[in-house]
Amino acid sequence: MTTHSTNSDLYFSTARELRAKLDAREISSVEATRTILDRIAALEPKLNTFITVTADRAIADAEIADQRLHGTGQEPTALTGVPIMLKDNFSTKDVETTAASNILKGYIPPYDGTVVRNLKDAGAVILGKGNLDEFAMGSSNETSAFGPVRNPWDTDRVPGGSSGGASAAVAAGECFIAFGSDTGGSIRQPASLCGVVGMKPTYGLVSRFGLLAFGSSLDQIGPLTRSVADCADALNIVTSHDPRDSTSVAAPFGDFAQDIDRGVEGMNIGVPKEYLVDGMESGVRAAFEASLKTLEDLGANISETSLPLTDHALAVYYIIAPSEASANLSRYDGVKYGLGSLDVSTSARSTEAARGEGFGEEVKRRIFLGTYALSAGYYDAYYKKAQQVRTLIRREFTDAFLKFDALVTPTSPGTAFKIGSKMDDPLQMYMNDVCTIPVNIAGLPAISIPGGMSEDLPVGIQFIGPQFGDTAVIRAAAAYESATAWHKNHPLI
Amino acid sequence: MDPLTPKDVDHIAQLAYIKLSEEESEDIRIQLTNILGHFSSLSTVNTDGVEATGHTTDSNTVMRKDEPRPPMDQEDVLKNAPDRDGEFIRVRPVME
Repeated sequence: MTTHSTNSDLYFSTARELRAKLDAREISSVEATRTILDRIAALEPKLNTFITVTADRAIADAEIADQRLHGTGQEPTALTGVPIMLKDNFSTKDVETTAASNILKGYIPPYDGTVVRNLKDAGAVILGKGNLDEFAMGSSNETSAFGPVRNPWDTDRVPGGSSGGASAAVAAGECFIAFGSDTGGSIRQPASLCGVVGMKPTYGLVSRFGLLAFGSSLDQIGPLTRSVADCADALNIVTSHDPRDSTSVAAPFGDFAQDIDRGVEGMNIGVPKEYLVDGMESGVRAAFEASLKTLEDLGANISETSLPLTDHALAVYYIIAPSEASANLSRYDGVKYGLGSLDVSTSARSTEAARGEGFGEEVKRRIFLGTYALSAGYYDAYYKKAQQVRTLIRREFTDAFLKFDALVTPTSPGTAFKIGSKMDDPLQMYMNDVCTIPVNIAGLPAISIPGGMSEDLPVGIQFIGPQFGDTAVIRAAAAYESATAWHKNHPLI
Repeated sequence: MDPLTPKDVDHIAQLAYIKLSEEESEDIRIQLTNILGHFSSLSTVNTDGVEATGHTTDSNTVMRKDEPRPPMDQEDVLKNAPDRDGEFIRVRPVME
């Protein structure tokens, strides 16, 4: 599918392949970074994956990385010298951070988030900040105040969301790894729609300090990559215990790549039938069924199971996430940063004007939904009820993992859809995440990997593991990847 | 459920400190009614005696030692303010 020039070999290399070339001095990090920056400059008019490109900083990072790779100083890591993208809801010191919202245009954070610090310490080369749905609220990247991202497989289609810039950039060879955030599927669904690997780790493994908060009990940072091994390597770098995030779990963590060559023979993998929803595209269903066959051929024990409360997960999510968002986004008052107006009579009027003007339609809709669900008289019927059903959904997963090492499902009911086709119907848009949302509700690890094609568009399959069973989903995904070639398909762009 | 009224939407707008145009208010009224109606299926789940889940890590309140740490640079923090006067942020009066 790709043209075979040296550059396109580099664009679609995995991070591990790039590191081998860096180690062998076939290429320097500075050369690789310049080549990718040229690629970004050429593709951005078509794809719009970046909100900010920090070219000069990237070259400076790469110069330091080259010294570290070949010097006697600090040991290099798996990501030393590797050009990466950060979703633009990661706080980056001295680099504009917008969350794709007008309310934050021009905001220059005074600090790095913990994940950003971990990546800088590891010697990664940060290319810039990725486009996203405004405040990560969306499934198509169409709610960005910086315009939609286009899918490199078909530029009339969405890349998924909310980490749409990240998934499109990894698919198009504009970076080797991107880091996104996943509140209800925002890493996995775009990974599925762009044909790349995307993982949401167990809640609490990756610090949320410096991630612009959306739904605090659901948000988790994770990588988007071109291979499962790169995903495991990236997790090894970003997971850490952080005293500045009170939900951060205690270290030490194991090596997330420890089981990537172990295979799936003897693994018990369940297929929850409720995930094969009405309205699932036939091409997705066919690709999923073929994937089950592949896993069986590899020696996994595949059997159907039932998680009946799945049908209520969407309702639970769309009460809890907007409720938490309405509280988290109350900080955007236009006083310390943002669009504060001095042309009005009082401070309260100034805040109302800044928020009315600064937030887009979807963000306002969710703030209103959450504010309503938390307001006097409705709290028990909505928020408390949703939190109770959340407990039941967790129990249902806990019971399933007594029998199964992992679950496998399609990642999304459909492939990439046309830009504009679902924007008028919020409920239809929310349905995109019906297979990914239950995972966030229960705080579990899950990975989406390329699992087929349907009408020339990628299809993703999702492995879900028990809490802290991150290596189990990586193991299953790596076994499937090694037996298939879907991850080697690249868009002709 | 009963449809939300324009008065309900005004009340939420006040609580959320968001100024909406009339057109936006009416759109949100219709969409919220629709979304909440769809989610009313939750009331069919029996949750008698079930505890609520806030976070999934079961972590309790985490305390740290009360030790001084270096603060962020004042100039870095203030430079984002829409309007300032020296080391102060200027805001409109709180009372009319």
